[in-house]
Amino acid sequence: MPHDQSKASALIQTPVEAPMPRRKFLTYAGLSAGAMLFAASCKKESSQDPSLTSDIRSLGGGKDGGKAVVSLGSGDIGILNYAYALEQLEAAFYIRALQTPYAGISDKEMEYLSDVRDHEIAHREWFKNVLGDNRIGGVIVNFSSINFDSRESVLGTAKALEDVGVSAYNGAGELLQSATYLLFAGKIVSVEARHAAALRDMLNYGSFADNTAVDMNGLDLVRTPAEVLAIASGFISTKIISKDLPTS
Amino acid sequence: MNFSNIIEEIEKVDPEVYEKLNGRRSAMKNFLNFSGKVTAAALPVAIGSMFNKAYAGSPTSTITDVLNFALTLEYIEWEFYKQVVASGIIPSAAAIGALTTIRDHEAEHVALLTSVITSLGATPVYFTAASFDYTAKGLFPTVFTDYGVLLAVAQTFEDTGVRAYKGQAGNLISSNEILRAALQIHSVEARHAAHVREMRRRYGALVPPGVLLQPWITLNQSGIATPAVDASYAGEELTNQAGVNVVGINGFAITAEDASEAFDEPLTKEQVVSIVTPFFA
Repeated sequence: MPHDQSKASALIQTPVEAPMPRRKFLTYAGLSAGAMLFAASCKKESSQDPSLTSDIRSLGGGKDGGKAVVSLGSGDIGILNYAYALEQLEAAFYIRALQTPYAGISDKEMEYLSDVRDHEIAHREWFKNVLGDNRIGGVIVNFSSINFDSRESVLGTAKALEDVGVSAYNGAGELLQSATYLLFAGKIVSVEARHAAALRDMLNYGSFADNTAVDMNGLDLVRTPAEVLAIASGFISTKIISKDLPTS
Repeated sequence: MNFSNIIEEIEKVDPEVYEKLNGRRSAMKNFLNFSGKVTAAALPVAIGSMFNKAYAGSPTSTITDVLNFALTLEYIEWEFYKQVVASGIIPSAAAIGALTTIRDHEAEHVALLTSVITSLGATPVYFTAASFDYTAKGLFPTVFTDYGVLLAVAQTFEDTGVRAYKGQAGNLISSNEILRAALQIHSVEARHAAHVREMRRRYGALVPPGVLLQPWITLNQSGIATPAVDASYAGEELTNQAGVNVVGINGFAITAEDASEAFDEPLTKEQVVSIVTPFFA
């Protein structure tokens, strides 16, 4: 679905982002009511601003505030938390990317990126509700390596995140005991693959399933949680403990 | 396909295949060397008996039934794209490149599934171009002469394929290696689907008025101006997942369209068979 930008403010949650330039933070804070929620993401740099302290305290300290350490847990719950952590990362990335879109973004790119953002938010919130009290807290994202003013940086990162997401779900299926959860993972992974293909085509039309994504047997990427979390750690400050995840 | 290739193929799916089969990789290597002297006809039996042992306890017939079902769908796609690429109506080099990529993936899926089914001691299904009627008994008479129809049929095959694999994942849960490979095929089909949908958006033909075709599926909209393909999209409009209403979830501005797009839905084997039956000659 195409979206107008006015929707963005209603979608902003706590994409707990640590290193945000203060000037940009203040710009966001002035934008909309939703931006106050986003204040929680700017805890470190805004904590000296007395006008914001109470909001930060109330939003940052709950179950879903950014955590320095989270433990995914074991069994199917652990795998669902693993997916929840990745969906938090993806959603936070697109929310951030669309708050100040790169210069020259086309209408179609805005349409696609907005949709992908909304899908990732839907995934994130769905995992949150399904996991209930078993859910991990909010992960703190670190996007300092991304130049959000650059189309290449944003779309390149988006493509990488989607490809990693596909590989993560493909590797996680066999770790689930429940056929029901396996089905839900299947419902999500094909959407991630659609995203990956769309982003690849935005960067380089025709690269939707090239040999960097699909091997000589026609098989897509697959990664273990350890492999995925090692990659994700480039964008996540929170220490994610995965030692209790199932291995087969 | 010779014996060594089959084991190599399986090893890609199941890195522990040697260990499972004979306890020691080196022992299997020895067996492979020996087997090179055995006649080809005897090999599937030998491999099959090894796999029956390796996967003892798994419902092998369930797994091979699923794999033969998947192989059937892959044949439908492979033979389709062979004729697509040879049709002479593809309007651009980019489109020929994409459709060739997809064709080759389907060929690889056919080869992989065939080898795995054989290795499990079952008989893989086999089809040729003559097995299929891509006009679907006259429903799409211009499938290889009208590019818009060609892309519409391609999109339907891909979106249906994604749903078919998704519907079978649970039947493969007893075999990590085979489930993994099936999921890896599943997401490749989704990449294909996304690209064909993008091709159709750019080409424009047969997209119903008022529909914005995107790489993902909105509600139960096919984005194709004929009810003939509706069965492939029925049920995709689901917005409640595991008892959780995704529309407006936790106060976020998630519409029914967003919610339906965010989750792809499975089809049962019976639904898929009903959809593809007209495409058999």
